[in-house]
Amino acid sequence: MIAYRAGVPVLVSQFLADAHRLMRSFPVCTHVLNACTDRYHFTVGLAAALATGRVSLLPSSQAPQTMQQLGAFAPDTICLTDETDVSMVLPRLLYRCQSPGASRDDVPATAAMRDVPRVDEAQLAAYVFTSGSTGTPLPYRKTFGPLLRCMREGARRLGLADGARWAILATVPPQHMYGFETSVLFALACGHALCAERPFYPADIAAALARLPRPRAFITTPVHLRALLGSGVEPPAVDLVVCSTAPLAQQLAAEAERRFDTRLLEIYGSTETGQIAIRRPTHTAEWQLWSGVSLELEAEGTRARGGHIEQPTLLPDVLEMTGPESFLLHGRVSDLVNIAGKRSSLAYLNHQLNSIPGVEDGAFFHAPEPCGSHTGVTRVAACVVAPALDAARLLEALRERIDAVFLPRPLLFVARLPRNDTGKLPLAALQSLAAQTKSAAPA
Amino acid sequence: MSDQAASLRHPSATGNADADTLSAEVAGLIVQALNLEVAPTQIAPDQPLYGEGLGLDSIDILEIALVVSKKYGVQLRADSGENTRIFGSLRQLVDYIIAHRTK
Repeated sequence: MIAYRAGVPVLVSQFLADAHRLMRSFPVCTHVLNACTDRYHFTVGLAAALATGRVSLLPSSQAPQTMQQLGAFAPDTICLTDETDVSMVLPRLLYRCQSPGASRDDVPATAAMRDVPRVDEAQLAAYVFTSGSTGTPLPYRKTFGPLLRCMREGARRLGLADGARWAILATVPPQHMYGFETSVLFALACGHALCAERPFYPADIAAALARLPRPRAFITTPVHLRALLGSGVEPPAVDLVVCSTAPLAQQLAAEAERRFDTRLLEIYGSTETGQIAIRRPTHTAEWQLWSGVSLELEAEGTRARGGHIEQPTLLPDVLEMTGPESFLLHGRVSDLVNIAGKRSSLAYLNHQLNSIPGVEDGAFFHAPEPCGSHTGVTRVAACVVAPALDAARLLEALRERIDAVFLPRPLLFVARLPRNDTGKLPLAALQSLAAQTKSAAPA
Repeated sequence: MSDQAASLRHPSATGNADADTLSAEVAGLIVQALNLEVAPTQIAPDQPLYGEGLGLDSIDILEIALVVSKKYGVQLRADSGENTRIFGSLRQLVDYIIAHRTK
């Protein structure tokens, strides 16, 4: 089997038949923007694209401007979606749900539809995107061969290459690099089974996990983990918890191991590089680098290259090498913003803010930690000089340009920004201005 | 007690005083928990909470889900797979709480 839907197995033969059907319904195009929210639909879409030599585009967000930009990136793009009510700027191909038992009047499953298509290792499988500092998403090529090698190394390190058939449940979307690798590619490359649903509420996550046979793995993020463990819902035992996208507090890792009665492994990686290191936070703070990957200290920071990495990449963190294959993390490079695994930079957010008509000057900055947050998420704040705009109109304009997680809280209207002589904005000056200024909220 | 029982039988009833009181209380919880840029009274009962409208995202919704579970003993579920349906509006959220609350 290749998947579970509501705890019911989906056989490989069904998957192949679904992929073959989809392959026939593709219009003329070479790029498929795979926006399916159901992980099984997404995976069928990916397989059908691979088998027909099409390149999948994995959007980091489905904000209208991002979708438009991806359409411009590759003009012959169709958007594969499983939601009928999405407003879409791109030509759309609706994934047709063919649940078991539904009538298949169009094409009966034939012997040919059980063929497993061959995919060349050199084939360009996908583009993933990060937000660039100028406003245009930056594409990163993902070739089929290196992706597979990355997955085999990952499976070995995570203990998922033990000959057992694992069931994998993930709370991250399949379009996000971490979710793409750990939930979709692990299933395809290692013969494990993915869970079609992406449960959201703690009670739903616990129920979905309990429905899966063992061994079962839970792929998640610090936000979802903290919410689940803090909800009062008792999680079922699982055989592996994997966490990534943001630093995980040691205490939370220990509690997760106790409550799930298993080990928790943390992955370090990025959209550009894929997974490159792993650690068990309850045992060590040191990260173990994957075979073939090397880290080199350069003037601008640490660059990762080698192994499955397709383009040498400057890492967004401050690293300290403790051995040829081990390192410690010492926090983010300060311009970077990471909210629940969605990454941006202050430079990018500032660029978007200042490109809104009516904004004379504006700056995002790291807000002080909120007290009493249950999910442990820290937002970004912004100060803006925009006498002609009100908060509602400004937020609406921002929402069209940036992912909603980056919308400023608080958003402060000020007469001018505390720029110093060189035009720079010291963080301390912004934070002190914020402390004195009433937010846009009416009393 | 009997008022609450009546609410349980008619989870969509909205005109009664209990629902209105609860509605104001939940609006206050949302604004407080999320450090929002609006006053609780500015959240209209039928305004969408998610995306357009109040502009909440999925992390906010998780945050509210936790606050609601602690305060009212309601574990939010999305059997249809649609996370945000309960958050269609303040009224829908309040109706959900009335129908499922244990405290």
